Amino acid sequence: MATALALILSEAPAKLLSLTFIDVLILVLYFVMILGIGFYLKSYTTTSEDFFMAGRSMTAWVAGLSFLAANLGSLELMGWAAAAYQYGILATHWYWIGAIPAMLFLGIVMMPFYYISKTHSVPGYLKLRYGEPARVLSAVTFGVMTVMMSGINIYSMALVMKAILGWNINYSIWISSLTVAAYVVLGGLRSAIFNEVLQFVLIWLGAMLIPIIGLVETGGWSGMVARIHQNFPNGNYTHLWSTLGHFSDNPMGVHWTGIVLGLGFVISFGYWTTDFLVVQRVLTARDLRSAKMAPIIGASFKMIVPFIVILPGLLGLAIFSGDHRLVGESQAVATGLHSYNEVLPLMLARYCGPGLLGLGITALLAGFMSGMAGNVSAFATVWTYDIYRPLIRKDAPDSHYLSMGRWCTILGVLISIGTAYFVMQFLSIMDYVQALFSFFIAPLFGTVILGMLWKRTTSAGGFWGLLAGTLSSVGMWLWVKIDPHALTYIALSPKARDMAENMYRGLWSWIICVVVTVIISLMTTPKPASELNGLVYGCTEIPSEGHLSLYQRPIFWATIVAVIFVILNVVFW
Amino acid sequence: MHAEDERISIWFFIGMLVFAYGIVITAAGIYEIFVRPAHPVVLASLHAGVWWGAFMLILGGFYLYKFSPKKEK
Repeated sequence: MATALALILSEAPAKLLSLTFIDVLILVLYFVMILGIGFYLKSYTTTSEDFFMAGRSMTAWVAGLSFLAANLGSLELMGWAAAAYQYGILATHWYWIGAIPAMLFLGIVMMPFYYISKTHSVPGYLKLRYGEPARVLSAVTFGVMTVMMSGINIYSMALVMKAILGWNINYSIWISSLTVAAYVVLGGLRSAIFNEVLQFVLIWLGAMLIPIIGLVETGGWSGMVARIHQNFPNGNYTHLWSTLGHFSDNPMGVHWTGIVLGLGFVISFGYWTTDFLVVQRVLTARDLRSAKMAPIIGASFKMIVPFIVILPGLLGLAIFSGDHRLVGESQAVATGLHSYNEVLPLMLARYCGPGLLGLGITALLAGFMSGMAGNVSAFATVWTYDIYRPLIRKDAPDSHYLSMGRWCTILGVLISIGTAYFVMQFLSIMDYVQALFSFFIAPLFGTVILGMLWKRTTSAGGFWGLLAGTLSSVGMWLWVKIDPHALTYIALSPKARDMAENMYRGLWSWIICVVVTVIISLMTTPKPASELNGLVYGCTEIPSEGHLSLYQRPIFWATIVAVIFVILNVVFW
Repeated sequence: MHAEDERISIWFFIGMLVFAYGIVITAAGIYEIFVRPAHPVVLASLHAGVWWGAFMLILGGFYLYKFSPKKEK
């Protein structure tokens, strides 16, 4: 491991940061620990239930932190710090209204149905509720998109490491991917989850120093805001809601309806409640109460993630000004200035000496690995349970499916690596694959939520609604690609910018999915109520929490998180 | 806070790594007090390595003690 790292470091060309021996030692210790955890857990992974569902034995804390960590990639850290430099505090919407309500809704409303139905996956729930066609449509699209997204993340991470540290792209891709493959193959989802919790702690320890020292340098929050106003007198970077009355009043070019309905409702609920990558972590909880608490614990930590992601971007606005200001990628190439995508590594270089720098880089690597492990473990589960078992080999012994899980984890990693190299050759493919992923999220939420809350929804309604919503999303995306002026109609304003497209496209595709599902359901015969037990509200007996004291009830903690969420939005209005 | 069938808690592993990091980072921070680097970071006078490393030592030590496999048995 150390040799490999040394090889990487020896090939370093021009770079933003230089690692010392101490920093390399920090990185080596990290790799040793995550592989050690994988080896340790191998002996506890003897059945397919262990491998794919971590034995359904996780506590609320472990499931909740892993639920959040699977979403915290290194690109997430760097990308949103850059977005905060570009758009100001508006980027926080993706962490607050774009996550908290959906996570609480998952915990309180949806989790009982996912958990009581004992499904292994979200496509598995669709099978129970709507039948095989809806499951296959969902499983195939999810599986393909997941490994492709994973490949894009690998490539992006390798690029980041090349830009920051001058690491060789090939070494970055292979070493990080094979390490993830090793610990997931050895210990399955349990190993992925344990490492995600470890990585979550490292991300915080590695990233938290930047805002702390940054606030000392700028004179606290008020000092930072004063400096931003001084550096950018015509921009409004420090208000969350007050500039969203009109598309042209804020640097993002969005309207509050897009943020609330598009991001806060459709996109956020779609991602946090139906994307199996994150939902899988909660399904591993050891009982229903833990399963309900896990997203609530995740939400409480999600609320403070802007401290390590958005605040460094805002501090960048206060610190890097004049000749040192950060600019867009193309301008950076033309002028020699730094790009705002580099704001986080620039802050690391500014404040972190030997050891702390290694910790910061470890945080970025940990973020990437937790995201990748999430992708490949979710892919392995969906492939084995929702494609291979129902369509290819129905009645194999359990050991066969366990072995299949291990092999398709390796396969998932290899496809991801292949995608990374494909993207390296055809860079424009990145935008297309990311768009592909967004096509399915909003309609899938419509299909799942109608299935859970309305017993009249039929199998035909669910399938055709999902298909219509997905196709309409593809149609709108193509419309804007062919004629950019179409955004005027989709976002309902000629002043809408690119950022508004995703929100309104998600909203329309969700509405189309729901309308088609309702119309077809009313025209077709529903399942009898007896077949909907454990799947639908009104047909399922939810275990009472009456015997629990107030502070043990998930609804109590969800209410506290919701109140803090409202207060934060008012404070930063 | 760990799965019932695990002998060693995940929090113990976290304690091990954070404690080891605490030792390394504190040592590097103390070394920098006596041997000034050629290109010090901004606000190097705060000696972040020392107090952040010490914080990690304490945090890691707490987890090592609290979730020690011997103690849990």
